Amino acid sequence: MAAEKRVTFRSPWLPWVLLAPQVVVIGLFFFWPAGQALVQSLQQSDAFGTSVQWVGLENFRNLWNDETYLASFSTTAVFSALVAFLGLSLSLLLAVFADRVVTGSGIYRTLLIWPYAVAPAVAGVLWLFMFAPSVGIVSYLLREWGFEWDSLLNSRHAMALIVMAAVWKQIAYNFLFFLAGLQSIPKSLIEAAAIDGARPWRRFWSIQFPLLSPTTFFLLVINVVYVFLDTFAIVDAATHGGPGKDTSILVYKLYYDAFKAMDLGASAAQSVVLMFIVVVFTVIQFRFVEKKVNY
Amino acid sequence: MVERRPTLGILAHVVLILGVLVVALPVYITFVASTQANDAIIHPPMPLTPGSHLVDNYKAVLTGTQEGGGSTAAVGRMMVVSLVSALVIAIGKISISLLSAFAIVYFRFPFRMFFFWAIFVTLMLPVEVRIAPTYKVVSDLGMLNTYAGLTIPLIASATATFLFRQFFLTVPDELTEASRIDGAGPLRFFWDVLVPLSRTSIAALFVIQFIYGWNQYLWPLLVTTSEDMYPVVIGIKRMISGGDAQTEWGTVMATAMLAMLPPALVVLLMQRWFVKGLVDTEK
Repeated sequence: MAAEKRVTFRSPWLPWVLLAPQVVVIGLFFFWPAGQALVQSLQQSDAFGTSVQWVGLENFRNLWNDETYLASFSTTAVFSALVAFLGLSLSLLLAVFADRVVTGSGIYRTLLIWPYAVAPAVAGVLWLFMFAPSVGIVSYLLREWGFEWDSLLNSRHAMALIVMAAVWKQIAYNFLFFLAGLQSIPKSLIEAAAIDGARPWRRFWSIQFPLLSPTTFFLLVINVVYVFLDTFAIVDAATHGGPGKDTSILVYKLYYDAFKAMDLGASAAQSVVLMFIVVVFTVIQFRFVEKKVNY
Repeated sequence: MVERRPTLGILAHVVLILGVLVVALPVYITFVASTQANDAIIHPPMPLTPGSHLVDNYKAVLTGTQEGGGSTAAVGRMMVVSLVSALVIAIGKISISLLSAFAIVYFRFPFRMFFFWAIFVTLMLPVEVRIAPTYKVVSDLGMLNTYAGLTIPLIASATATFLFRQFFLTVPDELTEASRIDGAGPLRFFWDVLVPLSRTSIAALFVIQFIYGWNQYLWPLLVTTSEDMYPVVIGIKRMISGGDAQTEWGTVMATAMLAMLPPALVVLLMQRWFVKGLVDTEK
């Protein structure tokens, strides 16, 4: 595909007018604030915002020495590892069986993809309700079976709660991509293996799973980004980052420091760290897409 | 299938049906709760079949006459706010991306690629990483608690611009030449040739962006402080007060059902474009 058009239009002003709306929006609401975050991350202001001074990298050094920030980092890492692993395994399982099914696969697909439409905050509320210690139906059943569930006090339970909500919400997406990936594997490969006597289990591990690896890797990146950025609403709705700060993921802490604790320097430095993380993920994602094209 | 293995076929159906049930369970429980009086919910176990308060609960939340320790704003109004915001975000993103992709592909002007990359880089600046300074800009512009504040900062779209650019590059030059010979100017060509050709991409993007707009949480949480500008997703959160016992779960769950309904309908009714949109926006 050509990267340039041979036939173009001429106008000294029209292209600028066409670009203007997008450029105004990204200038005002993307680049200016991002620049502000960079500047503020190098400054410190007092509580009333009356005096501002340059402090170099001190905000970053403070973050590095801030145990709650480091804890928030590891919380986010644990959260994303759990969501990615559980979400990918479950949806791969479903996709493999949906790929096998001859009749009714369309219906299964329809019935599995709609959670994508549910807002993360609503997903958080749904799961919170089922697992609420005093009224939840699941926590009631767990208690009947002798398991004391308390996501308000036990941080493992709180983490389990947000992991379930996040996985539930993301299964639809993973499922669709795995199913598309499985369906694009040539049937002749599977048939050849079957003629050679490979059973379905063996065929899955030595043909389908390796050939799916680009899809799996792509989904891994997407899921980690999803946990980093989009699960704020799940956390805020289901646990408020609690108990204590035990489910306070990076974006939640950033929000808290900026709008509840009003610590401008610290929150700007956290913004910059997050930006850096997002840039790394985006680069990984695009390098991978390029690779897939050259396959 | 390669060979006949009836047991495996049955197993596949069993696994899929289990999957469908587990995926549907939270919504079923939500639905049941939304039809119960609060008393039935706060003394567990809650009944697992629909109760008799369906009409009461939904009418109460839609008109804002429900009880509860948290916010009791009318959900009917919130649904309108959500609908307007989601439509403005989806249509706005598609429109400004179509225009900028058209400018970048069909014109030659200084800094053309600079603008393209500037738009592209916004992919790496999601609202989550720059919340405080963006909030300040919006508040300085007096856009708090307005539709403009809820939508315009979210309207830029690197993915949509990129997608339309890719698509325009595949449109044959002969079409451009033919319409030029017929005397069509650039805007005429854009409106009568390019936009109709992009119909399926537009439909696919619309589905994805409508859901994105409807489901926004962090941004509306910051820029709306007055109840009459809450989108429904924020409204639910505000209805849950302190401990679980004081929350009127019946009405909260009715609100949750209402909040899920429009985007779920969009996905189910426009499934083909939804799938295309998901796949396209990740390229």
